[in-house]
Amino acid sequence: MPYLALIFGMERGIYMELTSAMTHSIAKLSGIRLSDSEAAAMTRDLGGVVGYFDLLNELDTRDVPPRAHVLPLVNHWREDAVTPSAPRDELIANAPVRRDGYVVAPKTFEGGGSS
Amino acid sequence: MNDYLSYSAIKLGGLIQSKQIGVAELTRAAIEAAKESNDGINAFITINEEEAIRQARRVQSLIDNGDTPSKLAGVPCAVKDNISTRGTPTTCASRILGGYTPMYDATVVERLRAAGTVMIGKLNMDEFAMGSTTETSAYGSARNPWDPSRCPGGSSGGAAAAVAARVAPFTLGSDTGGSIRQPAAFCGVTGFKPTYGAVSRWGLIAYGSSLDQIGPIAKDARDCAAVMTILSGEDKRDGTSTPFEFDDSSIANVNADSADLLVGLRVGVPDEAFETGLDPSVRARTLEAADTLSNLGAAVERFSFPMFKYAVPAYYIIASAEAASNLSRYDGIRYGRGVAEPGLPLDEAIIRARSEGFGREVKRRLMLGNFALSAGYYDAYYNKALQAKALLCGAFDAAFDRFDILLTPTAPTTAMRLGESLDDPLTMYLGDIYTVPVNLAGLPAVSLPCGFSDKDGMPVGMQFIGKAFSDVNVLRAAAAYQSATDWHQCAPVSAAKGGAAYATV
Repeated sequence: MPYLALIFGMERGIYMELTSAMTHSIAKLSGIRLSDSEAAAMTRDLGGVVGYFDLLNELDTRDVPPRAHVLPLVNHWREDAVTPSAPRDELIANAPVRRDGYVVAPKTFEGGGSS
Repeated sequence: MNDYLSYSAIKLGGLIQSKQIGVAELTRAAIEAAKESNDGINAFITINEEEAIRQARRVQSLIDNGDTPSKLAGVPCAVKDNISTRGTPTTCASRILGGYTPMYDATVVERLRAAGTVMIGKLNMDEFAMGSTTETSAYGSARNPWDPSRCPGGSSGGAAAAVAARVAPFTLGSDTGGSIRQPAAFCGVTGFKPTYGAVSRWGLIAYGSSLDQIGPIAKDARDCAAVMTILSGEDKRDGTSTPFEFDDSSIANVNADSADLLVGLRVGVPDEAFETGLDPSVRARTLEAADTLSNLGAAVERFSFPMFKYAVPAYYIIASAEAASNLSRYDGIRYGRGVAEPGLPLDEAIIRARSEGFGREVKRRLMLGNFALSAGYYDAYYNKALQAKALLCGAFDAAFDRFDILLTPTAPTTAMRLGESLDDPLTMYLGDIYTVPVNLAGLPAVSLPCGFSDKDGMPVGMQFIGKAFSDVNVLRAAAAYQSATDWHQCAPVSAAKGGAAYATV
C-alpha cells in the first residue's frame, strides 16, 4: 500500500536520523536487549516512524495547552474502611518461582550476604 | 442447531426465553463451531467448554424458574484475551503472560455472567493489542472467514472473525486506536467503540490507558446496543468510569419501518477522509452509503476537517508512551513466564524475561514510547502530541456543532493478505487514519458493513462517529441504516470453514 504514503506528504522524505547507538540506549530504557540484527532492523523501522512524527511540526501549537485527558474527571473517593484483600495463596500462585509461600526473586545486590 | 448461530443475539435471547431453544444445547453448538472453525480461522486461544456448560445449566435453571436475568440470557459469547477471566488463562497473545491465570474477573465479565450470557472462550488478538492484523499473536495469526489467505484485521481479529464465522453471536473486543472497528470492517460485521468512560476498564490489561475502551462486536447495531446495556454503568474500580447508562429501548425496536429515524439527521462527510490514498472500492462503497443515507432523508454535507492527518502521529506517540509505562510491570518475577535459568542478577533476569517474552511489534512500541518520553525529546514529541490532541478535540467540537454524526470509511483498504504488512510498521500505522482520531478525542463510533470491494470481493466497512456520550444516537443511526439495507446480513459461505464466496442469509 505505498500509495498511502501520499496522503501524508511522505514523498517529501522527512526522515529523522536515528543512530544505532540511540537504538541501543532506548532498548536499555525499555528493559530489553536486541541482537545486532534486531537492532539494525529496529533502527530502520523506528527511524521511519520517528521521522514521520515530525509531521506534527506543521501545526501551530503556540498557546495550545497540552491535553492529557478528554473527560472532565474528578477523583472517585471511597470510604476509608478496611476491606478484605486478595487471598495470598491465589496471588502467589501466578509467580513462576515460589518457595514457602513467598515469591522467589533474583538478588538485588550481589555478594552482600543476608542484610 | 448450528443454524441458530447465524441468528442475531437478540433473536436467540427471545427463543431461549420462550424455551424454544435450550441454553446447554446452544452452548454445545457454539463450542462445536468454535472447535471446528479453529483449524482454519484460529479465532480462539482458549475454548472453555466445562465452564461454559456449567454456566449454561445455571442460566437454564434460572430461566426455568421464571427468573431470566437479561434479554441476552443464555446467548453464547466470547471475549478478547486481554480481558481478565477468573480461573481462565488470559494471555494478551503474548509469551510473557504464558502460565498466567487471573484471580479475578474484569467488570465486563462479571456483568456478562450476571446477565446470564455464556462465555465459551478467549479470543485471539495482536500481542498486547498492538497490531492491525492479528499476525503479531504468539498463538499464530487468526484468519479472515471471508478468505483465509487474508487477515481478519486487528487487534481484535479473533473477536471479529468469530462473529463473521457465525461461531459466537457476539464478542467483546477492545479498541485503543481502532481495534474493534477495523477488524469488524474487514470481517463484514458491526463493531462499536463506546465513549471513553462509558464501559469500565477494570480487568482490561492496559495498553494505552487514556485511549483503551472495551466494546461489542456483533452482526448488527441492535445487538451491539443490547450488549452495551449490560456493559455500561459506573464502576468505582475504574477511576475513569462515568455514571453513563446505556438505554437501548430506542434501538431495540428499530425495524424495517424505522428508516425514517434518519430523516433530518445531519451527517458530515470530511473531505480529507476521501483524498488520495483511499482504495477506490472503499471510497465508492462509503460514498454510496452516504447517498443511501441522503435518500432516506438524512442531510448529508461535505466539510473540511484538516486535522485528520495529524491524528496518526499524535496517536502513535501517545499510545506508545502509555504502553511503555504500562508494560514496564512485566518482569517475569511476580507472574507470567519467567526465566528458566536460576541465579541471574535482578536486572539481567528482567531483561531476559522481557527480551524473550515480548514480540517484535511490542518491542517497537515500547521503544517508540521510551524515545518520546526521554529527556530532550519529551517536549518535541510527547508534549507536541498532547497539543495536537487538544487541537483535534477542538476540531471535533466544532464539527459536532454542525453535525449529528460524521461518516468516514473505517479503514483505507479491505483486509490485507497475511504477511503483507508486518515488515513496514509505518504503512501499517497509516492504515489507522480513520479510527485513531476517535480514540484521541474519546468519542463513540461504530463500524458497519456497507458493501464489498470490486477488486477482491472482501467486505467494506464505514464508520459513524458521534460526540461524547451520544452512543445511543450513533447506534440508532447505524440500526436505521441496517433496517434499510442488508449488507450486515451477508455471511461467508460455509462460514465456519472459511469460504470466499458470500450469500445473504
